[in-house]
Amino acid sequence: MDIRKVKKLIELLEESGIAEIEIQEGEEAVRISRYPQGAHVVNSAYMPPMMAPAAHPPAVPGETPRGEPVADEASGHKVLSPMVGTFYRAPSPGSPAFVEVGQRVNVGDTLCIIEAMKMFNQIEADKAGVVSAILVENGQPVEYGQPLFAIE
Amino acid sequence: MLEKIVIANRGEIALRILRACHELGIKTVAVHSSVDRDLKHVRLADESVCIGGAPATESYLNVPALISAAEVTDAVAIHPGYGFLSENADFAERVEESGFIFIGPRPETIRLMGDKVSAIRAMGSAGVPCVPGSDGPLDDDAKENMRLARKIGYPVIIKAAGGGGGRGMRVVHAEANLLNAIALTRMEAGSAFGNDTVYMEKFLETPRHVEFQVLADQHGNAVHLGERDCSMQRRHQKVIEEAPAPGITEEQRARMGEICAQACRDIGYRGAGTFEFLYQEGEFYFIEMNTRVQVEHPVTEMISGVDIIREQILIAAGEKLSLRQQDVTLRGHAIECRINAEDAKTFMPSPGRITQFHAPGGPGIRMDTHIYNGYVVPPNYDSMIGKLVAYGNSRNSAIARMRQALEEIVIDGIRTNVELHRDLINDAAFQAGGTNIHYLEKKLGL
Repeated sequence: MDIRKVKKLIELLEESGIAEIEIQEGEEAVRISRYPQGAHVVNSAYMPPMMAPAAHPPAVPGETPRGEPVADEASGHKVLSPMVGTFYRAPSPGSPAFVEVGQRVNVGDTLCIIEAMKMFNQIEADKAGVVSAILVENGQPVEYGQPLFAIE
Repeated sequence: MLEKIVIANRGEIALRILRACHELGIKTVAVHSSVDRDLKHVRLADESVCIGGAPATESYLNVPALISAAEVTDAVAIHPGYGFLSENADFAERVEESGFIFIGPRPETIRLMGDKVSAIRAMGSAGVPCVPGSDGPLDDDAKENMRLARKIGYPVIIKAAGGGGGRGMRVVHAEANLLNAIALTRMEAGSAFGNDTVYMEKFLETPRHVEFQVLADQHGNAVHLGERDCSMQRRHQKVIEEAPAPGITEEQRARMGEICAQACRDIGYRGAGTFEFLYQEGEFYFIEMNTRVQVEHPVTEMISGVDIIREQILIAAGEKLSLRQQDVTLRGHAIECRINAEDAKTFMPSPGRITQFHAPGGPGIRMDTHIYNGYVVPPNYDSMIGKLVAYGNSRNSAIARMRQALEEIVIDGIRTNVELHRDLINDAAFQAGGTNIHYLEKKLGL
């Protein structure tokens, strides 16, 4: 089951009056619930956590209606995305995030995952220091060169 | 209709594709390299995604980045433009396997036409006249190769099967040089294209480059939109193109056009395509097929009234061709001058900031360009920055309008080849029409 199908299911849920939907496809199944505590994944493949459904498709980098990126306000060394994909803060849903604001990191520590074409790439810190800001939201698409973290 | 298209290209063609998409109400995603953030079409697109660094290998040739960008934006189709990955069968295949529509032919067709030996074979079977040649790859049998060359008649040309567009070729005038030429071309082809297959053709000494535009849908329909003459070339790069080709008769056009359209039906071609011929002494000889939209498509658009990019999109969306051959009317004459950021005499590339750009105008003038005041032409890509097209109801009228447009156009801050075009538009042989593919280099003393 791929992420685009899941996104379409979320849209379906929002447009209708349904509170919860569970789909099974072969060995994979996903349940999407309008109420966050019900969000629950039941399958073997990695599925990103379904955050409270957005009213519109996830903001894409560079989309004109978006306001100025938060990145400009954060100071310190910026860790930039080396690729296009979807940003995740944790190795799997329900796991703790790789890093939190205020956490000390060394060069080579994994900060996040960027998923592209079903492959999960670990993004490592290229500078030691303290994570002063996380500039992207979990599940947000990112582009090449986009600032992800600020490290001071 | 396709809801959202990723424009996997840059510069003027990306803007051209964006315009066609907007006209059709299709949302656009502009993918770009880190130095192309300020491209005009990136600013106009509904969404944009930076896919990699300046070198094309990191961005416009970066297949995973392109497909990933299509995924994160929920696009439906990818338009590859021309150059870059537009004729890369593996890319087309990856696009389709990833669940997107590739706006172009099927991967197998791209593969068939990408190998020049198999393309010639396929066209030969479809009844398209080809240059007399080896009719297949050359092996290492020296005696056989010499026999072939003698049969074809010197001069012959050795070409790489994986080449095309002027790359991987060597002319042989005398038997003494034949075996060396074959070996050298093979070696170059192996390293440049990863394929050292070569073949032999008769070398035509004074041919013109005449190509036919076709459109084919997914329902077995195919039409041709007439021909273009692209003989004004330097180092196999086209400098001026025009439609129709001077001197080609209605009968020739109808006959060759239908041969091309029928070949499309025979091979199940999908989308826009161009059959390239060498034309000498009244005969057409097929050399290769381009399975993409071409740079010079505007001249055909001007004389036919057909929007080729729009047709590509509609075909990819599964629509039937809205035209039958009898609906295609070619009227008037169009000329296109490729404007490059290069020195008009030395041809040295001239990237940099455009301090003043003023586009020409008036009846029959079309300027396809992405440049604007203050735009910085990056050094990382080819030097073409725009196409100036002039249309008139006769060739002389088109020439007069082009001359006027070349007087009006202003591009300051970088060097361009506008001076060269001003010289060519006044060239007596050009004005007479029908110059061959060696004319420009001879004139420039190359």
